[in-house]
Amino acid sequence: MKRWLLAVLTLTTGLFLWTGEALAFCGFYVGKVDTKLFNKASEVAIARHDDKTVITMANDFTGDAKEFALVVPVPTILKKEQIHVGDAAVLAHLADYSAPRLVEYFDENPCRREELMERRSMDAMKSLAPAAASPRTRDKALGITIEAQYTVGEYDILILSAKESAGLETWLTEHDYKIPNGASPVLRSYLTQGMKFFVAKVNLGEQAKLGLTHLRPLQIAFESPKFMLPIRLGTVNADGAQELFIYLLTKQGRVETTNYRTVRLPEAQEVPLYVKDRFGVFYRDLFSQQVTREHGRGLFLEYAWDMSWCDPCAANPLSAEELRSLGVLWQEPQGRGRNGVLPQGPQVFLTRLHVRYDATHFPEDLMFQETADRANFQARYILRHAWAGTDSCAAAVTYRRQLPERYEREAQTLASMTGWNIEDIRREMHLASQGPIGDEKTWYQRLWGN
Amino acid sequence: MEQIQGTSQPSVVINWRDPRLYQIVTLGTLLTYGLLWLKFEVSFPQIAVTIGTALLAQYAATGLVGLASFDPKSALISSLSLCLLLRTNDLTVSAAAALLAISSKFLLRRRHKHLFNPTTLALAVVLATGFGWISPGQWGQVAWFGFFIACLGSLVVTRAARADVTLAFLVCYVAFLVARALWIGDPLTIPLHQLESGALLIFAFFMISDPKTTPDSRPGRITYALCVALTACYVQFGLFRPNAPLWGLILCAPLVPLIDAWLPGPRYEWPGPSPDNRPPPPHCFRC
Repeated sequence: MKRWLLAVLTLTTGLFLWTGEALAFCGFYVGKVDTKLFNKASEVAIARHDDKTVITMANDFTGDAKEFALVVPVPTILKKEQIHVGDAAVLAHLADYSAPRLVEYFDENPCRREELMERRSMDAMKSLAPAAASPRTRDKALGITIEAQYTVGEYDILILSAKESAGLETWLTEHDYKIPNGASPVLRSYLTQGMKFFVAKVNLGEQAKLGLTHLRPLQIAFESPKFMLPIRLGTVNADGAQELFIYLLTKQGRVETTNYRTVRLPEAQEVPLYVKDRFGVFYRDLFSQQVTREHGRGLFLEYAWDMSWCDPCAANPLSAEELRSLGVLWQEPQGRGRNGVLPQGPQVFLTRLHVRYDATHFPEDLMFQETADRANFQARYILRHAWAGTDSCAAAVTYRRQLPERYEREAQTLASMTGWNIEDIRREMHLASQGPIGDEKTWYQRLWGN
Repeated sequence: MEQIQGTSQPSVVINWRDPRLYQIVTLGTLLTYGLLWLKFEVSFPQIAVTIGTALLAQYAATGLVGLASFDPKSALISSLSLCLLLRTNDLTVSAAAALLAISSKFLLRRRHKHLFNPTTLALAVVLATGFGWISPGQWGQVAWFGFFIACLGSLVVTRAARADVTLAFLVCYVAFLVARALWIGDPLTIPLHQLESGALLIFAFFMISDPKTTPDSRPGRITYALCVALTACYVQFGLFRPNAPLWGLILCAPLVPLIDAWLPGPRYEWPGPSPDNRPPPPHCFRC
């Protein structure tokens, strides 16, 4: 009895004393993924602290502005001051900052490394790893109440409440909001839960007056204990799966969904060099493959990072003003600090989630929670250039001998992550064919060589 | 064989009818599956520290309180549940949670019963202080369904003494979810989806059913389960907070002495060597 207790005590204490070595991210940043690579992609930024929520909805609508219409369930009636038109450039900056990225490393001369190894301890080596009727009467007949009506920037905005969903559906259709068939039960669900509807259209006169050729993001600010994103209206239209990028700005730490799996994408994997020229396609296929692996039911973590820095940086971190414009106001600038020390920037943790959703796999809205997890994560992929020197020390010979194995490993990693054909990958890499993955010869084939 | 029988100590006799053995196997299997297939964000050091601290705390308390023998089963169940549910990046938090869970069994007592389920109390304290979190959405359908079957199986195989509280809680909670969906016109896929939480199953089959923290009589236990379920529903749909059943259980735990006074019943004792009890009171019965 005492012996096993001693073992437990030693292990427990030992684990406390053991400290994992922090691996620095390094390497040269060479590329990132544009969110526009994905069809039908929407982008939403949510800044939240103490139930105070600011949602920024990106608008990449490219058709006739007359055709634009937005319907969003909101938990409260919004005053005019709670609605704002944001700057598309800030959201684009946020997308660039957090984008999945490609970095490259260059192997050093193994002969020189051999010398180094002789001088340094093995520990030092670890750091080399990569880390009609009058409108009002008609509204009444339909049971619709226009709670508020504003013009903000280039948008005409209404806050609607309704007695029943059929009336709301009719009203929206009559007012040229293209509501898909079958939306009524979803509208009813939101109405019974006491939610209001934020509906927006473009005011062409205001747009012309402002001289804008594109639509700016709409922002809403409200206070509610509900930390969620309504997606069900988007799933009613059965026109395939929707793509959504969610940027969550919080004070404490990473955000995850409480009612769906939040899955980390494969990261820090070494991929063949030719991926450099087709990183966008690589990432799109990798994402689709991961969605399939999760049976279409998960959200994927692409980035989780303290916004005060980045390594490597796909774009510089957002400035305090940019963050504030997205709703980060939990740490107001307080002028000069004591003893002339400059005040610190706001403590902001960014979580970037990417989801491909449809009604079958996502029956419920996305519910979130903020965690205490401040560990950094980024979807980062590595190109590792082989050393091309001609030295002939023993280490160089071993290094060259091991290269084909490494290339094959990279090919298999790429095939596994993206679902690409292994033979095509080998061909692109100019590797000798070794047969498909998992197509090893059986024992009897090896026995008789057939 | 004779030699083995002759040298056996009461403390190492395994009572195969003890439901906790089945629970340990179920939780251990689930943890392994979660680590290997679902990529649960719990590290090996965290698991070792949690289980190690719980066992050491149980052993130390056994000596301090003067119990007849050391029994690791309850400590293992508490620590495995913590490994499955608690997420933190700090090993100190894992150790503190395990220590809090086990010590609460010995410190927070009333009439030979624990005031709080050990795992629930530790989780509530860590969540409230912001040092850790629970990831209720990380299970996926396959794991959830497999675990559900295993949990139901455990009720049958072990003829668990407290199945009534589990079943009463689940029936009430499910009925509320379905009634709410029907009321607001949601398809039934939504309440079904809401049930797909492994954390909910651990809660229902391993936490609320803890014989050491539930009322003694069956009517008392069913009343208690209904109170917990209704509080959980309020936390989930009234306050919009995650981990609602956990908060429901913590908030309702102080009701147990009142329910016991109102609806008294015979006290439960684990089969075989008692893990953490002082000598049972005269009116106790043994299964």
